[in-house]
Amino acid sequence: MNGTTEIEVRGLNFYYSGNIHALKQINLTVQKNSVTALIGPSGCGKTTLLRCFNRMHDLYPRNRYEGEILFQGNNILLKDVDVIDLRSRVGMVFQKPTPFPMSIFDNIAYGVKLKGIKKRSDLSERVERALVHAVLWDEVKDKLNASAYDLSGGQQQRLVIARALAVNPEVLLFDEPTSALDPISTAKIEELTATLKKEVTIIIVTHNMQQAARISDWTGFMMLGELIEFDSTDKIFTAPSEKLTEDYVTGRFG
Amino acid sequence: MTAVQKRKIEGTIALTFSTLAAFMGLFWLVFILGDVIVHGIKALNLSLFIHDPAPPGVEGGGLRNAFVGQLLITICATLIGVPIGVLGGTFLAEYARGKKIARIISILADIMVSVPSIVIGTFIYAVLVLPLGHFNGWAGSVALSIIMIPVVLRTTEDMLSLVPWTLREAAFALGAPYYKVITQVVYRGAATGILTGILLSIARVAGETAPLLFTSFNNSFFSLNMNQPISSLTVTIFQYAMGPYDSWHEQAWAAAFVITIFILIITILGRLIIRWRYR
Repeated sequence: MNGTTEIEVRGLNFYYSGNIHALKQINLTVQKNSVTALIGPSGCGKTTLLRCFNRMHDLYPRNRYEGEILFQGNNILLKDVDVIDLRSRVGMVFQKPTPFPMSIFDNIAYGVKLKGIKKRSDLSERVERALVHAVLWDEVKDKLNASAYDLSGGQQQRLVIARALAVNPEVLLFDEPTSALDPISTAKIEELTATLKKEVTIIIVTHNMQQAARISDWTGFMMLGELIEFDSTDKIFTAPSEKLTEDYVTGRFG
Repeated sequence: MTAVQKRKIEGTIALTFSTLAAFMGLFWLVFILGDVIVHGIKALNLSLFIHDPAPPGVEGGGLRNAFVGQLLITICATLIGVPIGVLGGTFLAEYARGKKIARIISILADIMVSVPSIVIGTFIYAVLVLPLGHFNGWAGSVALSIIMIPVVLRTTEDMLSLVPWTLREAAFALGAPYYKVITQVVYRGAATGILTGILLSIARVAGETAPLLFTSFNNSFFSLNMNQPISSLTVTIFQYAMGPYDSWHEQAWAAAFVITIFILIITILGRLIIRWRYR
């Protein structure tokens, strides 16, 4: 399972509101076209780490990064990095579906328009491709002008994935994307990650260890802001090196 | 007496007084509305809308000048007040969110909402009437817009704050700059609430008399010139109701009826939008 390196985290520390030390000396490498899962008990910092990859923490005052995150060799934590460009290359899907208050078509077209593509035919093509990609096309092709709020929760989450895919990102960040969904919708999104990784690199935060075991190639186990162990998913779930990891994946705590 | 009995008696007393208070309020409301409707409909006729006032003592004539003037003043006030209110509310809810300045402006706006409108009228008199040497329509519009701004500003702020943060984050995550997140996503989420606030603020200023008495004053002739005194329904009602002629009194009733219905329609429209939004 050796590929090219897409993201390399080196000595990352993160502080909320100036002094809450939420991430401590994180080091890990994310392979291109793989699925990397971050697991760990609540409050361990896995979502905090995920939100470093698209600099989401910049939205709130007095948050501070230390260390490096190299994305294709460039440190994205530098002050002069264009976060708008970064976020169009590193997409994100949230825990709860976040459709915009507009039609299904406009939801998908939103990010594409931000990139300066305005022609209706180009937009239609990108929207259709993204919806096909997210396995939602057949369900919505006859009601593209309906409100996105009319869709079910599972459909909304696939819509949001399609919206993220429409801007052709290189990395997709999933923040517990299935925790608000029923088992059938969850299964659809898990299948989707398997096909998506042919084109994008996926990092997923999940509370569900079976999910991490099912869909990821690499797994990182975090606790209290530290990355306890990072290895191939097989190794983490069958023969972890750390006692803490073993206790967690066998359900002894958490 | 047991504790339960005591609580029951307290409950009955509270219920009795609050019911009485509700009926007291309702009684005067129905009284006033009923009076306006009964007298107003009687005095209502077509010439009221298509003729200008006749000289005192002469029968007939209408209030076309006042209807048109009122509309003109209200529209201009809306055009001045709404953009300032919406942009100000956006500043408070988005750019200054959580900052001290936002809280201070919010509190000041709340105070502004309850400033007596005659104070605003006299202020504009000093600023826009005295220096120009004569009453004028613009001064009236500005006075009304100053009443509108805090209402629109606070509603906008509240409605924008109700839009969940995850929605903004989702837009940021696609690579949208903040102003596009606000104008293209957040405004859409809050549109009906903001629109309702705007409508209610129009309804609020449409019934104001005091700020216009000192600013746009009145004009017995038809005029579209906002640089000159211009007639309005509320000031006309005030002057006609105080006047000595029966025909004036009748026309004042009719004008009161029309403006009440106008405000009622705007208010109902605002309520309908809320209900349609949260269906």
